[in-house]
Amino acid sequence: MDNTLSHEQHAQIQAHIQAHQHVPGGLMPLLHAIQDDIGYVPEVVYPEIAKALALSVAEVHGVVSFYHHFRTHPIGKHVLQICRAESCQSMGSAKLEAELKAKLGVDYHQTTADGNVTLLPVYCLGNCGCSPAVMLDDEVYGRMSADKVTALISEVCHG
Amino acid sequence: MVKIYVPIDSTALSLGAERTAKKIMQEAQVRGVEITLVRNGSRGLFWLEPLVEVETAQGRVAFGPVQPSDVAGLFDADFTQAQADKATAHPLYLGLTDALTWLKKQQRLTFARVGITDPLSLEDYLAHDGYQGLKNALAMSGADIVKAVTDSGLRGRGGAAFPTGIKWNTVLNAPAEQKYVVCNADEGDSGTYSDRMIMEDDPFVLIEGMTIAGIAVGATQGYIYLRSEYPHALKTLNEAIRKANLAGYLGENIQGSSHTFHLEVRRAAGAYVCGEETSLLESLEGKRGLVRFKPPLPAIEGLFGKPTIVNNVISLATVPIILDKGAQYYADYGMGRSRGTLPIQLAGNLKHTGLVELAFGATLRELLYDYGGGSASGQPIRAVQVGGPLGAYLPESQFDTPLDYEEFGKIWAVLGHGGIVAFDDSVDMAKMARYAFEFCAVESCGKCTPCRIGSTRGVEVMDKIVLGKNHPQNVQLLRDLSDTMLNGSLCALGGMTPYPVLSALNHFPEDFGLSNKEAAA
Repeated sequence: MDNTLSHEQHAQIQAHIQAHQHVPGGLMPLLHAIQDDIGYVPEVVYPEIAKALALSVAEVHGVVSFYHHFRTHPIGKHVLQICRAESCQSMGSAKLEAELKAKLGVDYHQTTADGNVTLLPVYCLGNCGCSPAVMLDDEVYGRMSADKVTALISEVCHG
Repeated sequence: MVKIYVPIDSTALSLGAERTAKKIMQEAQVRGVEITLVRNGSRGLFWLEPLVEVETAQGRVAFGPVQPSDVAGLFDADFTQAQADKATAHPLYLGLTDALTWLKKQQRLTFARVGITDPLSLEDYLAHDGYQGLKNALAMSGADIVKAVTDSGLRGRGGAAFPTGIKWNTVLNAPAEQKYVVCNADEGDSGTYSDRMIMEDDPFVLIEGMTIAGIAVGATQGYIYLRSEYPHALKTLNEAIRKANLAGYLGENIQGSSHTFHLEVRRAAGAYVCGEETSLLESLEGKRGLVRFKPPLPAIEGLFGKPTIVNNVISLATVPIILDKGAQYYADYGMGRSRGTLPIQLAGNLKHTGLVELAFGATLRELLYDYGGGSASGQPIRAVQVGGPLGAYLPESQFDTPLDYEEFGKIWAVLGHGGIVAFDDSVDMAKMARYAFEFCAVESCGKCTPCRIGSTRGVEVMDKIVLGKNHPQNVQLLRDLSDTMLNGSLCALGGMTPYPVLSALNHFPEDFGLSNKEAAA
């Protein structure tokens, strides 16, 4: 996948850096803002972030890499997160995981061949009363089966 | 115009509430039926979601679960005339919501408004006793507010159960130009969702609780550290904060007083360990979420080195009712040293899951069978994990334990944040023990060796035990390792991972390929 930034993306990142430069503890909100817009936190902008926030590049790298949520490379158009926590396990999430991996032809942290879906594990979506749960982009779905998830994916991919 | 309620809570949405709401609006328009659609929170009866309610002169009448495909049929039955014979004959008719057994027996204090009001309507909040606690607090001294919280017996609902008033008192007496109130909304424990429900379904109660905390100890800035897995809660909180600012409930000169309190939501980024308070503070400062050594306590040197209250969502959301109804009113609920109520979350393999708020003292069995209705699969319930991924697994012989911090402590278990996850007899407890180590390895912050290395060694030794290799030696090794983690870890992540592991081993040795005698060796 293309990892170079467009001028527009770079301008967006610049604007976010300026907006967060003087916010106390501003690095986390800044990283969120960048990832929300660009889809990931490009490593090429670490030096600019570091300079603006008076940090070392190593510190910026340290923070990005500590948190599961942040990623440094582009991903698929949609993100599917399958809950792996205990409540979902009690309702058969291990089977759901295996079936979805087989159906999508990917393992965790991989993207489908058509570039549509990136599969991620997640540890609890707070929907433990309706296990097993998945999250597709920003929406949570409960009492899922592989067929139901596949139907949801084709709905978001093909409208 | 008849009012129809369709919840906007994430769990209701996860079961299709959005489509149901849209379909109701469409169908009403097509048929020329005039309705007002209110998006309320969830009443917490998840097996009935999407739960649609209709306002009548006798009270709200419930229908559920209502799928979009049921909507036309409901209109055919004139469900907007919910107490007429035609509607009551509908198969999804449930009667008056407040008369449902599940709700009738509950003692909802913290959750008093949840499911009843429109979460983002400040008018609704005020009409249902909202901001009464703040009103009283504004007429009190900081020390008196802290005393009320102390006298109520409220203990940290995040899981550690530390007396909230004592924490506040430390911050009150710590001289500093700047102090902070931080809400720990990094609800990462499996089986828990009460924080999420408060934030999505009654956000003003959390804002009010934090404002009271700020006024009590002299803190002018608050942060809600919210997990990134809760996008709906983020939107709701931000909107509620905006409205509270506009109405003079946040910002400067709160309700005409000399008090100032600013509030901001900060998003976490998927690290479980950031639910630990010092790791959370590091994260809020924009750093890796490494656990800090204590002392100094956050109450003395917390966020940016300043005195800081760090409380869980439920603790803070319980403060308004204490200040409204009085410390004694709250303390009159409960048993022993566990005063007040606990919002219990039923999860996992249960027929009826959802939110049950009760005074401390109900037994696990009542919750699993009277409320939960037994397992969802119809198989016997074999094990129950209480208190999240760091909580012990309890076998059937312990189901009569009352929900009380000390009673759970006596059986080497924890009540934690009140999440109860049930497993039927298909569960493999050796797998669950292995998973506990695996989870710890994924989520360890890496600062202390027992947690960072111990979790990975734990996965390895579990693999050997499952394969039946050198059983006596490896079981001994597992116990040794657990002992090191229990006593040598810096925080509860490494320090409590042995709870699920050893409880699984002790109560279910057969799953480890061991007899009781071998397991004890």
